[in-house]
Amino acid sequence: MVEETSQLDEIRRKLGEAVLDGQTVRGEDAIVLRRDGLVESFRRMKEDAALAFDFLSDITAVDYLGKKEPRFEVVYHLLSLGSGRRVRIKVPVAESAPEVDSLVSLWRAADWLEREVWDMFGIRFRGHPDLRRILLYEEFRGYPLRKDYPVNQRQPLVPERPLAGTFVDTRSDNKLIQLKQQLEQQKLAGADSKRG
Amino acid sequence: MKAEVKELPQDIMELQMGPSHPATHGTIKFNLKLDGEKVVDCDTEVGYLHRGFDKSSEQGTWTQVIPYTDRLNYVSPLINNVGYALAVERLLGVETTPRCQFIRVVASEISRITDHLTCCGMSASELGAVTAGFYMIEAREMLMRIVEALTGARLTVTYVRIGGLKHDLTESFAAQVKDAFAKTRRLLADCEKLLSRNRIFIDRMSNVGVISKETALSYGLTGPILRSTGVNYDVRKSQPYLVYDQMDFTVPLGSHGDNYDRFIVRVEEIEQSMRIVEQALEKMPTGPISIEDPRIVLPDKEKVYNSIEGLMHHFKIIMEGVQVPPGEVYQAVEGGNGELGFYLVSDGGGKPYRVRVRPPCFIAMGAFREMIKGYTVADIVPTFGMINMIGGECDR
Repeated sequence: MVEETSQLDEIRRKLGEAVLDGQTVRGEDAIVLRRDGLVESFRRMKEDAALAFDFLSDITAVDYLGKKEPRFEVVYHLLSLGSGRRVRIKVPVAESAPEVDSLVSLWRAADWLEREVWDMFGIRFRGHPDLRRILLYEEFRGYPLRKDYPVNQRQPLVPERPLAGTFVDTRSDNKLIQLKQQLEQQKLAGADSKRG
Repeated sequence: MKAEVKELPQDIMELQMGPSHPATHGTIKFNLKLDGEKVVDCDTEVGYLHRGFDKSSEQGTWTQVIPYTDRLNYVSPLINNVGYALAVERLLGVETTPRCQFIRVVASEISRITDHLTCCGMSASELGAVTAGFYMIEAREMLMRIVEALTGARLTVTYVRIGGLKHDLTESFAAQVKDAFAKTRRLLADCEKLLSRNRIFIDRMSNVGVISKETALSYGLTGPILRSTGVNYDVRKSQPYLVYDQMDFTVPLGSHGDNYDRFIVRVEEIEQSMRIVEQALEKMPTGPISIEDPRIVLPDKEKVYNSIEGLMHHFKIIMEGVQVPPGEVYQAVEGGNGELGFYLVSDGGGKPYRVRVRPPCFIAMGAFREMIKGYTVADIVPTFGMINMIGGECDR
Protein backbone atom coordinates (compact mmCIF):
# COMPACT_ATOMS: atom_id res chain seq x y z
CA MET A 1 0.00 0.00 0.00
CA VAL A 2 2.88 2.36 0.79
CA GLU A 3 4.25 2.01 -2.69
CA GLU A 4 0.86 2.73 -4.24
CA THR A 5 0.42 5.94 -2.30
CA SER A 6 3.83 7.06 -3.45
CA GLN A 7 2.71 6.46 -7.02
CA LEU A 8 -0.17 8.88 -6.46
CA ASP A 9 2.20 11.43 -4.92
CA GLU A 10 4.50 11.07 -7.88
CA ILE A 11 1.62 11.73 -10.29
CA ARG A 12 0.53 14.76 -8.25
CA ARG A 13 4.06 16.10 -8.24
CA LYS A 14 4.51 15.67 -11.98
CA LEU A 15 1.11 16.90 -13.13
CA GLY A 16 0.64 19.62 -10.51
CA GLU A 17 -2.45 21.72 -11.06
CA ALA A 18 -4.05 19.28 -13.51
CA VAL A 19 -4.86 16.76 -10.77
CA LEU A 20 -8.17 17.62 -9.13
CA ASP A 21 -8.37 14.63 -6.83
CA GLY A 22 -6.62 11.35 -6.22
CA GLN A 23 -7.21 8.38 -3.97
CA THR A 24 -6.41 4.73 -3.51
CA VAL A 25 -9.39 2.47 -3.01
CA ARG A 26 -9.16 -1.33 -2.91
CA GLY A 27 -5.53 -1.08 -3.95
CA GLU A 28 -6.37 0.82 -7.12
CA ASP A 29 -5.14 4.33 -7.78
CA ALA A 30 -7.66 6.68 -9.29
CA ILE A 31 -7.07 10.31 -10.13
CA VAL A 32 -9.39 12.97 -11.44
CA LEU A 33 -7.84 15.18 -14.09
CA ARG A 34 -8.78 18.63 -15.31
CA ARG A 35 -10.27 18.57 -18.79
CA ASP A 36 -8.11 21.42 -20.09
CA GLY A 37 -4.66 20.42 -21.24
CA LEU A 38 -5.61 16.75 -21.17
CA VAL A 39 -3.29 15.66 -23.96
CA GLU A 40 -0.35 17.34 -22.24
CA SER A 41 -1.16 15.59 -18.94
CA PHE A 42 -1.36 12.21 -20.66
CA ARG A 43 1.83 12.87 -22.55
CA ARG A 44 3.58 13.41 -19.23
CA MET A 45 2.06 10.25 -17.80
CA LYS A 46 3.31 8.34 -20.81
CA GLU A 47 6.75 9.82 -21.31
CA ASP A 48 7.92 10.64 -17.81
CA ALA A 49 10.47 8.02 -16.84
CA ALA A 50 9.23 7.66 -13.26
CA LEU A 51 5.56 7.25 -14.21
CA ALA A 52 5.97 5.43 -17.54
CA PHE A 53 2.31 4.63 -18.11
CA ASP A 54 3.06 3.60 -21.66
CA PHE A 55 0.07 1.39 -22.39
CA LEU A 56 -3.52 2.56 -22.85
CA SER A 57 -5.75 -0.28 -21.72
CA ASP A 58 -9.19 1.16 -22.02
CA ILE A 59 -11.33 4.24 -22.51
CA THR A 60 -14.93 4.33 -21.44
CA ALA A 61 -17.40 6.68 -19.81
CA VAL A 62 -19.96 6.65 -17.03
CA ASP A 63 -23.15 8.69 -16.93
CA TYR A 64 -23.90 9.92 -13.40
CA LEU A 65 -27.25 11.49 -14.26
CA GLY A 66 -28.68 13.11 -11.14
CA LYS A 67 -25.92 11.68 -8.96
CA LYS A 68 -22.96 13.86 -9.73
CA GLU A 69 -22.26 17.16 -11.31
CA PRO A 70 -20.79 17.35 -13.97
CA ARG A 71 -22.80 14.55 -15.43
CA PHE A 72 -20.27 12.46 -17.37
CA GLU A 73 -16.94 11.00 -16.51
CA VAL A 74 -14.61 9.73 -19.20
CA VAL A 75 -12.56 6.92 -17.66
CA TYR A 76 -9.11 5.93 -18.88
CA HIS A 77 -7.15 2.92 -17.70
CA LEU A 78 -3.42 3.14 -18.11
CA LEU A 79 -0.85 0.44 -17.51
CA SER A 80 2.87 0.58 -17.04
CA LEU A 81 4.06 -2.48 -18.94
CA GLY A 82 7.42 -2.68 -17.22
CA SER A 83 6.08 -2.89 -13.68
CA GLY A 84 2.46 -3.93 -14.15
CA ARG A 85 1.20 -0.85 -12.25
CA ARG A 86 -2.19 0.48 -13.22
CA VAL A 87 -3.90 3.81 -12.78
CA ARG A 88 -7.42 4.95 -13.49
CA ILE A 89 -7.90 8.47 -14.75
CA LYS A 90 -11.26 10.14 -14.67
CA VAL A 91 -12.12 13.32 -16.50
CA PRO A 92 -15.39 15.05 -15.58
CA VAL A 93 -17.35 16.31 -18.57
CA ALA A 94 -20.38 18.56 -18.33
CA GLU A 95 -23.58 17.83 -20.22
CA SER A 96 -23.61 21.33 -21.71
CA ALA A 97 -20.32 20.76 -23.53
CA PRO A 98 -19.71 17.03 -23.90
CA GLU A 99 -16.24 17.30 -25.37
CA VAL A 100 -12.76 16.16 -24.46
CA ASP A 101 -9.47 16.16 -26.33
CA SER A 102 -8.64 13.08 -28.31
CA LEU A 103 -5.64 10.94 -27.39
CA VAL A 104 -5.13 9.49 -30.88
CA SER A 105 -1.88 11.43 -31.18
CA LEU A 106 -0.48 9.49 -28.20
CA TRP A 107 -2.00 6.02 -28.62
CA ARG A 108 -3.58 4.62 -31.77
CA ALA A 109 -5.78 2.45 -29.54
CA ALA A 110 -7.71 5.61 -28.69
CA ASP A 111 -9.13 5.68 -32.22
CA TRP A 112 -11.72 2.92 -31.84
CA LEU A 113 -12.19 3.31 -28.10
CA GLU A 114 -13.09 6.99 -28.47
CA ARG A 115 -15.41 6.19 -31.34
CA GLU A 116 -17.22 3.76 -29.07
CA VAL A 117 -17.60 6.37 -26.32
CA TRP A 118 -18.97 8.83 -28.89
CA ASP A 119 -21.33 6.15 -30.16
CA MET A 120 -22.66 5.17 -26.75
CA PHE A 121 -22.51 8.42 -24.76
CA GLY A 122 -22.39 11.20 -27.33
CA ILE A 123 -19.18 12.64 -25.95
CA ARG A 124 -17.15 14.29 -28.70
CA PHE A 125 -13.40 13.94 -28.94
CA ARG A 126 -11.71 17.05 -30.27
CA GLY A 127 -9.07 16.29 -32.84
CA HIS A 128 -10.20 12.73 -33.51
CA PRO A 129 -9.45 11.94 -37.17
CA ASP A 130 -12.59 9.94 -37.90
CA LEU A 131 -15.29 10.28 -35.25
CA ARG A 132 -18.08 8.06 -36.56
CA ARG A 133 -20.40 5.66 -34.82
CA ILE A 134 -18.79 2.25 -34.55
CA LEU A 135 -21.09 -0.39 -33.07
CA LEU A 136 -24.33 1.28 -34.11
CA TYR A 137 -25.33 2.73 -37.48
CA GLU A 138 -25.15 6.34 -38.57
CA GLU A 139 -28.93 6.81 -38.55
CA PHE A 140 -29.27 5.72 -34.90
CA ARG A 141 -30.96 8.38 -32.77
CA GLY A 142 -29.72 9.07 -29.29
CA TYR A 143 -26.91 7.63 -27.20
CA PRO A 144 -27.97 4.32 -25.67
CA LEU A 145 -25.69 4.12 -22.64
CA ARG A 146 -26.87 7.45 -21.26
CA LYS A 147 -29.06 6.85 -18.26
CA ASP A 148 -31.94 8.82 -19.76
CA TYR A 149 -32.09 6.54 -22.80
CA PRO A 150 -34.92 4.07 -22.06
CA VAL A 151 -33.89 0.45 -22.38
CA ASN A 152 -36.94 -0.40 -24.49
CA GLN A 153 -36.61 2.61 -26.80
CA ARG A 154 -37.54 1.83 -30.40
CA GLN A 155 -35.65 3.26 -33.33
CA PRO A 156 -37.23 4.62 -36.50
CA LEU A 157 -36.95 2.53 -39.64
CA VAL A 158 -34.00 3.56 -41.74
CA PRO A 159 -34.82 4.23 -45.38
CA GLU A 160 -32.91 2.16 -47.87
CA ARG A 161 -29.63 3.73 -48.77
CA PRO A 162 -29.40 4.99 -52.35
CA LEU A 163 -27.72 2.77 -54.87
CA ALA A 164 -25.77 5.62 -56.41
CA GLY A 165 -22.15 4.77 -56.75
CA THR A 166 -22.75 1.06 -56.38
CA PHE A 167 -20.97 -0.79 -59.11
CA VAL A 168 -23.33 -2.99 -61.05
CA ASP A 169 -21.90 -5.55 -63.39
CA THR A 170 -24.37 -5.69 -66.24
CA ARG A 171 -23.17 -9.18 -67.07
CA SER A 172 -24.04 -10.41 -63.63
CA ASP A 173 -27.36 -12.03 -62.92
CA ASN A 174 -28.15 -9.73 -60.06
CA LYS A 175 -31.46 -8.84 -61.62
CA LEU A 176 -32.77 -7.16 -58.50
CA ILE A 177 -30.16 -4.44 -58.51
CA GLN A 178 -30.51 -3.97 -62.26
CA LEU A 179 -34.25 -3.65 -61.90
CA LYS A 180 -33.95 -1.16 -59.07
CA GLN A 181 -31.58 0.98 -61.07
CA GLN A 182 -33.91 0.94 -64.04
CA LEU A 183 -36.79 2.03 -61.84
CA GLU A 184 -34.65 4.76 -60.35
CA GLN A 185 -33.79 6.05 -63.80
CA GLN A 186 -37.42 5.93 -64.90
CA LYS A 187 -38.41 7.89 -61.84
CA LEU A 188 -35.78 10.50 -62.56
CA ALA A 189 -36.89 10.74 -66.17
CA GLY A 190 -40.52 11.09 -65.04
CA ALA A 191 -39.65 13.89 -62.67
CA ASP A 192 -37.80 15.72 -65.43
CA SER A 193 -40.71 15.48 -67.84
CA LYS A 194 -43.12 16.85 -65.22
CA ARG A 195 -40.87 19.77 -64.59
CA GLY A 196 -40.57 20.45 -68.30
CA MET B 1 -11.63 -8.87 -87.89
CA LYS B 2 -9.83 -6.42 -85.73
CA ALA B 3 -9.52 -7.42 -82.13
CA GLU B 4 -10.82 -4.81 -79.83
CA VAL B 5 -8.14 -3.90 -77.32
CA LYS B 6 -9.66 -2.79 -74.07
CA GLU B 7 -7.59 -0.93 -71.57
CA LEU B 8 -7.51 -2.52 -68.18
CA PRO B 9 -8.88 -0.28 -65.45
CA GLN B 10 -6.09 1.07 -63.30
CA ASP B 11 -7.89 3.11 -60.70
CA ILE B 12 -8.50 2.01 -57.14
CA MET B 13 -11.36 -0.43 -56.82
CA GLU B 14 -13.64 -0.39 -53.80
CA LEU B 15 -14.81 -3.76 -52.64
CA GLN B 16 -17.01 -4.69 -49.72
CA MET B 17 -16.03 -7.99 -48.17
CA GLY B 18 -18.63 -9.35 -45.79
CA PRO B 19 -20.64 -9.13 -43.58
CA SER B 20 -21.64 -12.51 -44.90
CA HIS B 21 -18.49 -14.17 -46.12
CA PRO B 22 -17.21 -17.65 -45.27
CA ALA B 23 -13.96 -16.26 -43.88
CA THR B 24 -15.53 -13.59 -41.71
CA HIS B 25 -17.01 -16.26 -39.44
CA GLY B 26 -19.92 -14.31 -38.27
CA THR B 27 -20.42 -10.75 -38.99
CA ILE B 28 -17.89 -8.16 -39.93
CA LYS B 29 -17.42 -6.09 -43.02
CA PHE B 30 -14.24 -4.91 -44.66
CA ASN B 31 -14.59 -1.91 -46.93
CA LEU B 32 -11.52 -2.45 -49.05
CA LYS B 33 -9.71 -0.15 -51.41
CA LEU B 34 -7.80 -2.33 -53.82
CA ASP B 35 -5.04 -1.65 -56.26
CA GLY B 36 -5.30 -4.86 -58.24
CA GLU B 37 -4.88 -7.55 -55.62
CA LYS B 38 -3.19 -5.25 -53.15
CA VAL B 39 -5.05 -3.79 -50.19
CA VAL B 40 -4.50 -0.04 -50.17
CA ASP B 41 -6.89 0.70 -47.36
CA CYS B 42 -9.29 -1.27 -45.23
CA ASP B 43 -12.08 0.24 -43.21
CA THR B 44 -13.41 -2.36 -40.80
CA GLU B 45 -17.08 -2.22 -39.87
CA VAL B 46 -18.04 -3.98 -36.67
CA GLY B 47 -21.20 -3.97 -34.62
CA TYR B 48 -23.40 -6.45 -36.49
CA LEU B 49 -23.71 -8.53 -33.33
CA HIS B 50 -24.24 -5.61 -30.97
CA ARG B 51 -26.93 -6.52 -28.48
CA GLY B 52 -26.36 -3.99 -25.73
CA PHE B 53 -24.40 -6.01 -23.20
CA ASP B 54 -23.61 -2.93 -21.09
CA LYS B 55 -27.19 -1.67 -21.07
CA SER B 56 -28.70 -5.10 -20.40
CA SER B 57 -26.30 -5.64 -17.52
CA GLU B 58 -27.57 -2.48 -15.83
CA GLN B 59 -31.13 -3.86 -15.78
CA GLY B 60 -30.77 -6.94 -13.59
CA THR B 61 -28.94 -7.94 -10.44
CA TRP B 62 -25.19 -8.53 -10.21
CA THR B 63 -25.73 -12.28 -10.50
CA GLN B 64 -27.88 -11.93 -13.59
CA VAL B 65 -24.95 -10.51 -15.53
CA ILE B 66 -23.11 -13.86 -15.43
CA PRO B 67 -25.16 -15.47 -18.24
CA TYR B 68 -24.49 -12.39 -20.39
CA THR B 69 -20.74 -12.80 -19.87
CA ASP B 70 -20.96 -16.33 -21.34
CA ARG B 71 -22.02 -14.74 -24.56
CA LEU B 72 -19.05 -12.39 -24.83
CA ASN B 73 -16.24 -14.62 -25.98
CA TYR B 74 -18.28 -17.75 -26.52
CA VAL B 75 -15.31 -19.94 -27.40
CA SER B 76 -13.84 -19.40 -23.93
CA PRO B 77 -16.86 -18.50 -21.79
CA LEU B 78 -15.40 -19.73 -18.50
CA ILE B 79 -12.70 -17.07 -18.54
CA ASN B 80 -15.36 -14.36 -18.90
CA ASN B 81 -17.29 -15.85 -15.96
CA VAL B 82 -14.16 -15.90 -13.82
CA GLY B 83 -13.16 -12.34 -14.75
CA TYR B 84 -16.56 -10.91 -13.92
CA ALA B 85 -16.87 -12.83 -10.65
CA LEU B 86 -13.40 -11.70 -9.58
CA ALA B 87 -14.30 -8.09 -10.26
CA VAL B 88 -17.51 -8.28 -8.22
CA GLU B 89 -15.69 -10.07 -5.39
CA ARG B 90 -13.12 -7.30 -5.27
CA LEU B 91 -15.93 -4.75 -5.00
CA LEU B 92 -17.40 -6.81 -2.17
CA GLY B 93 -14.00 -7.17 -0.56
CA VAL B 94 -14.14 -10.95 -0.31
CA GLU B 95 -11.88 -13.71 -1.53
CA THR B 96 -13.10 -17.15 -2.52
CA THR B 97 -12.01 -20.43 -0.97
CA PRO B 98 -8.73 -22.06 -2.05
CA ARG B 99 -10.50 -24.95 -3.74
CA CYS B 100 -12.68 -22.55 -5.71
CA GLN B 101 -9.59 -20.64 -6.86
CA PHE B 102 -7.95 -23.81 -8.12
CA ILE B 103 -11.10 -24.95 -9.91
CA ARG B 104 -11.40 -21.52 -11.51
CA VAL B 105 -7.83 -21.80 -12.78
CA VAL B 106 -8.55 -25.26 -14.20
CA ALA B 107 -11.75 -24.05 -15.86
CA SER B 108 -10.04 -20.95 -17.30
CA GLU B 109 -7.18 -22.93 -18.75
CA ILE B 110 -9.43 -25.56 -20.33
CA SER B 111 -11.37 -22.68 -21.84
CA ARG B 112 -8.16 -21.12 -23.12
CA ILE B 113 -7.23 -24.38 -24.81
CA THR B 114 -10.60 -24.58 -26.56
CA ASP B 115 -10.17 -20.96 -27.61
CA HIS B 116 -6.76 -21.55 -29.16
CA LEU B 117 -7.85 -24.81 -30.76
CA THR B 118 -10.82 -23.10 -32.37
CA CYS B 119 -8.70 -20.24 -33.62
CA CYS B 120 -5.86 -22.40 -35.00
CA GLY B 121 -8.14 -25.10 -36.34
CA MET B 122 -10.47 -22.78 -38.18
CA SER B 123 -7.62 -20.72 -39.59
CA ALA B 124 -5.90 -23.86 -40.82
CA SER B 125 -9.01 -25.19 -42.51
CA GLU B 126 -9.67 -21.82 -44.12
CA LEU B 127 -6.24 -22.10 -45.71
CA GLY B 128 -7.14 -25.50 -47.09
CA ALA B 129 -5.65 -27.64 -44.33
CA VAL B 130 -9.01 -29.18 -43.54
CA THR B 131 -7.50 -32.34 -42.05
CA ALA B 132 -5.46 -30.45 -39.47
CA GLY B 133 -8.46 -28.26 -38.83
CA PHE B 134 -10.63 -31.24 -38.02
CA TYR B 135 -7.94 -32.79 -35.82
CA MET B 136 -7.97 -29.63 -33.73
CA ILE B 137 -11.74 -29.52 -33.66
CA GLU B 138 -11.71 -33.13 -32.50
CA ALA B 139 -9.40 -32.19 -29.63
CA ARG B 140 -11.64 -29.27 -28.82
CA GLU B 141 -14.65 -31.54 -28.85
CA MET B 142 -13.11 -33.76 -26.18
CA LEU B 143 -12.50 -30.76 -23.96
CA MET B 144 -15.94 -29.42 -24.67
CA ARG B 145 -17.36 -32.70 -23.41
CA ILE B 146 -15.47 -32.21 -20.16
CA VAL B 147 -16.83 -28.67 -19.91
CA GLU B 148 -20.28 -30.03 -20.58
CA ALA B 149 -19.94 -32.67 -17.88
CA LEU B 150 -18.71 -29.99 -15.48
CA THR B 151 -21.14 -27.19 -16.19
CA GLY B 152 -24.06 -28.70 -18.04
CA ALA B 153 -23.52 -26.70 -21.20
CA ARG B 154 -20.98 -26.45 -23.97
CA LEU B 155 -20.83 -22.71 -24.52
CA THR B 156 -23.35 -20.96 -22.33
CA VAL B 157 -21.85 -22.37 -19.17
CA THR B 158 -22.76 -19.87 -16.40
CA TYR B 159 -20.59 -21.94 -14.08
CA VAL B 160 -19.00 -19.34 -11.82
CA ARG B 161 -20.97 -17.58 -9.10
CA ILE B 162 -20.15 -14.49 -7.12
CA GLY B 163 -18.18 -15.87 -4.19
CA GLY B 164 -17.90 -19.40 -5.51
CA LEU B 165 -19.00 -21.87 -8.11
CA LYS B 166 -22.23 -23.49 -9.20
CA HIS B 167 -21.05 -26.92 -8.05
CA ASP B 168 -17.94 -28.96 -7.41
CA LEU B 169 -15.86 -30.96 -9.88
CA THR B 170 -17.29 -34.29 -10.89
CA GLU B 171 -15.61 -37.35 -9.38
CA SER B 172 -14.17 -38.55 -12.64
CA PHE B 173 -13.03 -35.07 -13.68
CA ALA B 174 -9.28 -35.59 -13.19
CA ALA B 175 -9.37 -38.91 -15.02
CA GLN B 176 -11.36 -37.42 -17.90
CA VAL B 177 -8.91 -34.52 -18.21
CA LYS B 178 -5.93 -36.87 -18.16
CA ASP B 179 -7.44 -38.96 -20.91
CA ALA B 180 -8.43 -35.94 -23.02
CA PHE B 181 -5.02 -34.29 -22.65
CA ALA B 182 -3.23 -37.44 -23.74
CA LYS B 183 -5.37 -37.54 -26.88
CA THR B 184 -5.03 -33.80 -27.42
CA ARG B 185 -1.25 -34.04 -27.24
CA ARG B 186 -1.30 -36.83 -29.83
CA LEU B 187 -3.56 -34.83 -32.12
CA LEU B 188 -1.42 -31.72 -31.73
CA ALA B 189 1.69 -33.73 -32.59
CA ASP B 190 -0.07 -34.77 -35.79
CA CYS B 191 -1.05 -31.19 -36.49
CA GLU B 192 2.53 -30.13 -35.91
CA LYS B 193 3.59 -32.53 -38.67
CA LEU B 194 0.77 -31.41 -40.92
CA LEU B 195 1.10 -27.67 -40.43
CA SER B 196 4.14 -26.26 -38.73
CA ARG B 197 6.52 -27.29 -41.51
CA ASN B 198 3.97 -27.37 -44.30
CA ARG B 199 5.23 -25.33 -47.25
CA ILE B 200 1.81 -24.02 -48.30
CA PHE B 201 0.82 -23.15 -44.75
CA ILE B 202 4.08 -21.33 -44.06
CA ASP B 203 3.85 -19.43 -47.34
CA ARG B 204 0.40 -18.21 -46.44
CA MET B 205 1.20 -17.36 -42.81
CA SER B 206 4.81 -16.31 -42.63
CA ASN B 207 5.58 -12.60 -43.14
CA VAL B 208 1.91 -11.84 -43.55
CA GLY B 209 0.03 -9.40 -41.36
CA VAL B 210 3.27 -8.21 -39.79
CA ILE B 211 2.98 -5.63 -37.03
CA SER B 212 5.93 -4.10 -35.23
CA LYS B 213 6.36 -4.09 -31.48
CA GLU B 214 5.88 -0.33 -31.21
CA THR B 215 2.77 -0.27 -33.39
CA ALA B 216 1.26 -3.19 -31.51
CA LEU B 217 1.76 -1.40 -28.18
CA SER B 218 0.38 1.84 -29.56
CA TYR B 219 -2.75 0.00 -30.71
CA GLY B 220 -3.19 -1.53 -27.28
CA LEU B 221 -2.89 -5.09 -28.58
CA THR B 222 -2.58 -7.84 -25.98
CA GLY B 223 -2.56 -11.61 -25.89
CA PRO B 224 -1.01 -13.83 -28.58
CA ILE B 225 -0.85 -10.97 -31.10
CA LEU B 226 1.28 -8.81 -28.80
CA ARG B 227 3.38 -11.77 -27.68
CA SER B 228 4.05 -12.71 -31.30
CA THR B 229 5.98 -9.44 -31.58
CA GLY B 230 8.17 -10.42 -28.63
CA VAL B 231 6.60 -8.29 -25.90
CA ASN B 232 6.41 -10.33 -22.73
CA TYR B 233 3.05 -9.24 -21.38
CA ASP B 234 0.66 -11.75 -19.89
CA VAL B 235 -1.80 -10.67 -17.19
CA ARG B 236 -1.27 -14.03 -15.45
CA LYS B 237 2.40 -13.17 -14.93
CA SER B 238 2.27 -9.39 -14.79
CA GLN B 239 -0.55 -9.03 -12.25
CA PRO B 240 -1.21 -12.57 -11.00
CA TYR B 241 -4.77 -13.31 -9.93
CA LEU B 242 -6.28 -16.46 -8.40
CA VAL B 243 -3.42 -18.93 -7.83
CA TYR B 244 -1.44 -18.35 -11.01
CA ASP B 245 1.58 -17.30 -8.96
CA GLN B 246 1.78 -20.87 -7.64
CA MET B 247 1.82 -22.38 -11.12
CA ASP B 248 4.91 -23.15 -13.10
CA PHE B 249 4.44 -22.10 -16.70
CA THR B 250 6.21 -20.05 -19.32
CA VAL B 251 4.88 -17.39 -21.65
CA PRO B 252 5.73 -18.33 -25.25
CA LEU B 253 7.00 -15.39 -27.28
CA GLY B 254 7.37 -14.81 -31.00
CA SER B 255 9.75 -12.47 -32.72
CA HIS B 256 8.40 -11.45 -36.14
CA GLY B 257 4.89 -10.35 -35.24
CA ASP B 258 3.46 -12.16 -38.26
CA ASN B 259 0.64 -14.68 -38.55
CA TYR B 260 2.92 -17.68 -38.32
CA ASP B 261 4.33 -16.49 -34.99
CA ARG B 262 0.81 -15.89 -33.71
CA PHE B 263 -0.07 -19.43 -34.68
CA ILE B 264 2.99 -20.89 -32.98
CA VAL B 265 2.42 -18.79 -29.86
CA ARG B 266 -1.13 -20.10 -29.61
CA VAL B 267 -0.10 -23.74 -30.13
CA GLU B 268 2.63 -23.37 -27.49
CA GLU B 269 0.15 -21.80 -25.11
CA ILE B 270 -2.06 -24.86 -25.41
CA GLU B 271 0.78 -26.97 -24.02
CA GLN B 272 1.42 -24.44 -21.23
CA SER B 273 -2.27 -24.37 -20.32
CA MET B 274 -2.32 -28.16 -20.14
CA ARG B 275 0.63 -28.00 -17.76
CA ILE B 276 -1.23 -25.50 -15.57
CA VAL B 277 -4.33 -27.71 -15.47
CA GLU B 278 -2.25 -30.76 -14.51
CA GLN B 279 -0.47 -28.86 -11.74
CA ALA B 280 -3.71 -27.39 -10.44
CA LEU B 281 -5.40 -30.79 -10.37
CA GLU B 282 -2.45 -32.21 -8.51
CA LYS B 283 -2.38 -29.45 -5.91
CA MET B 284 -6.18 -29.22 -5.69
CA PRO B 285 -7.07 -28.61 -2.03
CA THR B 286 -10.20 -30.00 -0.46
CA GLY B 287 -12.80 -27.87 1.20
CA PRO B 288 -15.84 -25.81 0.29
CA ILE B 289 -16.23 -24.37 -3.21
CA SER B 290 -18.00 -21.21 -2.06
CA ILE B 291 -17.53 -18.74 0.73
CA GLU B 292 -19.77 -19.04 3.76
CA ASP B 293 -21.63 -15.78 3.53
CA PRO B 294 -25.41 -15.97 3.16
CA ARG B 295 -25.52 -12.37 1.92
CA ILE B 296 -23.42 -13.30 -1.13
CA VAL B 297 -23.86 -17.00 -1.84
CA LEU B 298 -27.20 -18.78 -2.13
CA PRO B 299 -27.79 -21.21 0.76
CA ASP B 300 -28.19 -24.95 0.18
CA LYS B 301 -31.64 -26.03 -0.90
CA GLU B 302 -31.97 -28.06 2.27
CA LYS B 303 -31.67 -24.90 4.34
CA VAL B 304 -34.02 -22.99 2.06
CA TYR B 305 -36.80 -25.51 2.48
CA ASN B 306 -36.26 -26.26 6.15
CA SER B 307 -35.36 -23.01 7.87
CA ILE B 308 -36.75 -19.50 7.83
CA GLU B 309 -33.25 -17.95 7.69
CA GLY B 310 -32.32 -20.03 4.67
CA LEU B 311 -35.52 -19.06 2.88
CA MET B 312 -35.00 -15.41 3.75
CA HIS B 313 -31.42 -15.34 2.46
CA HIS B 314 -32.48 -17.08 -0.73
CA PHE B 315 -35.32 -14.61 -1.23
CA LYS B 316 -33.08 -11.60 -0.58
CA ILE B 317 -30.43 -12.66 -3.08
CA ILE B 318 -32.92 -13.62 -5.78
CA MET B 319 -35.23 -10.61 -5.41
CA GLU B 320 -32.88 -7.82 -4.36
CA GLY B 321 -29.55 -9.15 -5.53
CA VAL B 322 -26.21 -9.25 -3.77
CA GLN B 323 -25.73 -5.89 -2.06
CA VAL B 324 -22.48 -4.45 -3.36
CA PRO B 325 -20.99 -1.40 -1.63
CA PRO B 326 -20.51 1.74 -3.73
CA GLY B 327 -17.26 2.02 -5.62
CA GLU B 328 -15.53 1.02 -8.78
CA VAL B 329 -13.05 -1.61 -9.78
CA TYR B 330 -11.06 -2.70 -12.82
CA GLN B 331 -10.17 -6.36 -12.91
CA ALA B 332 -8.13 -7.75 -15.78
CA VAL B 333 -7.74 -11.42 -16.57
CA GLU B 334 -5.87 -13.07 -19.41
CA GLY B 335 -8.52 -14.10 -21.90
CA GLY B 336 -7.92 -16.30 -24.90
CA ASN B 337 -7.33 -13.23 -27.05
CA GLY B 338 -5.63 -10.98 -24.53
CA GLU B 339 -6.37 -8.75 -21.61
CA LEU B 340 -10.02 -9.08 -20.73
CA GLY B 341 -10.89 -6.29 -18.34
CA PHE B 342 -14.04 -5.70 -16.34
CA TYR B 343 -14.66 -2.17 -15.12
CA LEU B 344 -17.58 -2.16 -12.71
CA VAL B 345 -19.23 0.78 -11.01
CA SER B 346 -21.60 0.22 -8.12
CA ASP B 347 -23.84 2.84 -6.57
CA GLY B 348 -24.48 0.57 -3.62
CA GLY B 349 -27.29 -1.83 -4.29
CA GLY B 350 -28.38 -5.02 -5.94
CA LYS B 351 -27.89 -3.78 -9.48
CA PRO B 352 -24.71 -2.79 -11.28
CA TYR B 353 -24.53 0.91 -12.18
CA ARG B 354 -22.14 0.36 -15.05
CA VAL B 355 -20.56 -2.78 -16.48
CA ARG B 356 -17.83 -2.21 -18.99
CA VAL B 357 -15.81 -4.92 -20.69
CA ARG B 358 -12.46 -4.25 -22.25
CA PRO B 359 -12.78 -6.58 -25.21
CA PRO B 360 -9.37 -7.70 -26.48
CA CYS B 361 -10.51 -8.57 -29.99
CA PHE B 362 -12.37 -5.29 -30.51
CA ILE B 363 -9.10 -3.51 -29.90
CA ALA B 364 -7.26 -5.98 -32.15
CA MET B 365 -9.75 -5.30 -34.93
CA GLY B 366 -8.90 -1.62 -34.57
CA ALA B 367 -5.37 -2.50 -35.63
CA PHE B 368 -6.50 -4.67 -38.54
CA ARG B 369 -6.05 -1.87 -41.07
CA GLU B 370 -2.45 -1.55 -39.98
CA MET B 371 -1.89 -5.31 -40.26
CA ILE B 372 -3.37 -5.80 -43.71
CA LYS B 373 -2.26 -2.66 -45.56
CA GLY B 374 0.05 -3.60 -48.40
CA TYR B 375 -0.90 -7.27 -48.44
CA THR B 376 -3.25 -9.00 -50.84
CA VAL B 377 -6.93 -9.80 -50.52
CA ALA B 378 -6.12 -13.47 -49.91
CA ASP B 379 -3.99 -12.47 -46.90
CA ILE B 380 -7.06 -11.10 -45.17
CA VAL B 381 -8.21 -14.64 -44.42
CA PRO B 382 -5.22 -15.83 -42.31
CA THR B 383 -4.67 -12.40 -40.72
CA PHE B 384 -8.28 -12.10 -39.67
CA GLY B 385 -8.27 -15.74 -38.60
CA MET B 386 -5.33 -15.27 -36.27
CA ILE B 387 -6.96 -12.28 -34.58
CA ASN B 388 -9.71 -14.71 -33.64
CA MET B 389 -12.39 -12.08 -33.64
CA ILE B 390 -15.39 -13.32 -31.70
CA GLY B 391 -18.48 -11.33 -32.58
CA GLY B 392 -20.01 -11.66 -29.15
CA GLU B 393 -17.04 -10.05 -27.50
CA CYS B 394 -16.14 -7.55 -30.20
CA ASP B 395 -19.64 -6.14 -30.65
CA ARG B 396 -21.10 -6.85 -27.20
